[in-house]
Amino acid sequence: MATPKTLQKDVEEPRAAVPAKPDDRATASLDATRRRRQRRERLVFWGLIGPNAALIIAFIYVPLFSNVYYSTLDWSLGSSAARFVGFDNYTRLFTSSGGLEMWRVTLIFTVATVAGSMIIGLLLALALNRRLPGRTLFRTGVFAPYVLSGVGIGMVWNFIFDPQIGVLAYVIRGFGGTSPQWYLDKDLALVMVIIVYVWKNLGYCAVVYLAGLQSIPRDLIEAATIDRAGPVRRFFSVVLPLLSPTVFFLFITTILSSMQAFDLLNTMTPTGNGTNTIVFEIYLQTFGPYQRAGYGAAISVVLFVVLFAITALQMRFVERKVHYA
Amino acid sequence: MTVTSVRTGHGLRQALGWRNVLDTILVGYLPILIALFIIVVPLAWMIASSFKPASEIVTLTPAFLPQEPTLANYEAVADRVPLGRITINSIIVTFVGSAIKVVLAIASAYALVFVKIRFKNLIFIGILVALMVPPEAVLLPNYNLVSQLGGRNTLWGIILPGLGTAFGTFLLRQQFKTLPKELLEAAELDHAGHMKRLWQIVVPVSAPAIATVALVTIVNEWNNFMWPLIITDTPDSMTLPVGLNLLHSIESGTGVYGFYMAGAVLVIIPILIVFASLQRYIVAGLTQGAVK
Repeated sequence: MATPKTLQKDVEEPRAAVPAKPDDRATASLDATRRRRQRRERLVFWGLIGPNAALIIAFIYVPLFSNVYYSTLDWSLGSSAARFVGFDNYTRLFTSSGGLEMWRVTLIFTVATVAGSMIIGLLLALALNRRLPGRTLFRTGVFAPYVLSGVGIGMVWNFIFDPQIGVLAYVIRGFGGTSPQWYLDKDLALVMVIIVYVWKNLGYCAVVYLAGLQSIPRDLIEAATIDRAGPVRRFFSVVLPLLSPTVFFLFITTILSSMQAFDLLNTMTPTGNGTNTIVFEIYLQTFGPYQRAGYGAAISVVLFVVLFAITALQMRFVERKVHYA
Repeated sequence: MTVTSVRTGHGLRQALGWRNVLDTILVGYLPILIALFIIVVPLAWMIASSFKPASEIVTLTPAFLPQEPTLANYEAVADRVPLGRITINSIIVTFVGSAIKVVLAIASAYALVFVKIRFKNLIFIGILVALMVPPEAVLLPNYNLVSQLGGRNTLWGIILPGLGTAFGTFLLRQQFKTLPKELLEAAELDHAGHMKRLWQIVVPVSAPAIATVALVTIVNEWNNFMWPLIITDTPDSMTLPVGLNLLHSIESGTGVYGFYMAGAVLVIIPILIVFASLQRYIVAGLTQGAVK
């Protein structure tokens, strides 16, 4: 698309306008030019970034603060009666049996899914790190579940885990056992969603590890081989230390995403039977059957604080590597 | 757990030796094939089951392939939720939302990198912090605001709160900073204004990074669930994931898995196709920030 070279409104001021007479006039004119240019730059800047900044302020910053206000209320969504209760919602969050149960479930779910996807992902990445024909195809296949709808994936696994007619039950029967009641037993429900979550996120870890592994210089590994270090020794003394920034990055990002898991949990266990992690609990309390919007808001304030702290930790450590500013 | 490649350091003769071939199969291909099997089987099972009649779903001895393939499950889904409507809703939300976000991200990132103004790093920090706010922490106030504006059960109500883009801005800013300074200085000397520099120089040379941001945004918009779930409650205004969630909650019992699978196919397959064809860009965007 060729643009006609016609009116250019923001052409630089011609230099020739300056040096006719005494010095002070010249500098005054230069100053005026500079001021004009600065004003124009400011205008351009806000014209470009303004809409985005306004949206971010309106839908992220402002609500972040109003949420703190909501968290001090005893209030249910849609009702006109709201009572100020101070820190009661926060107290409940750390003392009531429901609140403590939520923390327990969140902790188990997060630790299990982070450990599961990071360990299995590493093993997979080590296998994929060889120059095998078809490696790209494998990588694509392993990563695919990560980009798919949690609702869709949840429905698929609901069917697979069905204790009567699911494929898993069929396989278990084949070995002479009976399928456990995955959906009725609280602990098993948690185990089930952990398995599916790891399945979905495994590929992400594998692919990030792979990027890390490929940045390790080959001659270092060859040197270790010449020094007669076996594969296990090579892994722990050479590969793992060099891979540690990747491990740290994955550790943080998988904690963040595990703590925010929702789609899958809501689809597989709609009422949150034993699977009420922190984000799921926010939804159930505020918009679900419990109708305690103030309490839900308090949980989300705490969630923000926790996630913010984790991310800040990451930024602090990788600052020198990533160059944010 | 061998890390060395087959071809490193050894002669071709050794590379073709039986030990090495066996090693490649056992340590290389076997774990990958097992992993792939575990990944692919559930998805293949979903597709196959979506074509099975109820009698083949409710059985103690399931077969992989449908014996009498049928489209009945898809028809049943269309009977229970307005399938055409919610598909169109999803497409509109995904494309309108992504298009606006990408334009906003390009404009913001350009301003942050190439417009000379004081305190712009402060604004960048503001965007970085916004990136760290989980959407769940602003759910309730946004619900109140959008409800008051009359956005419940509307497409704009679904799209609007997510439009501000910290992720896209961040990613494109990092990319724009790597562009050679001379490129833009030359344009400035030619009296090219900011708009011209933005659309005729920065955007064309950054096309791959912009494609990455666009694709990641499309994937996320298509799969977005929590916000549309909250802001819609009439089937006609829902997106695909929310409509299928509705299907899931109105029907229960073992006979309905056929519908579920048909529904899952509808929400999973489009993005799977997009991913398979453009995976390089999507992976690059989603793993952004990992070691380079």
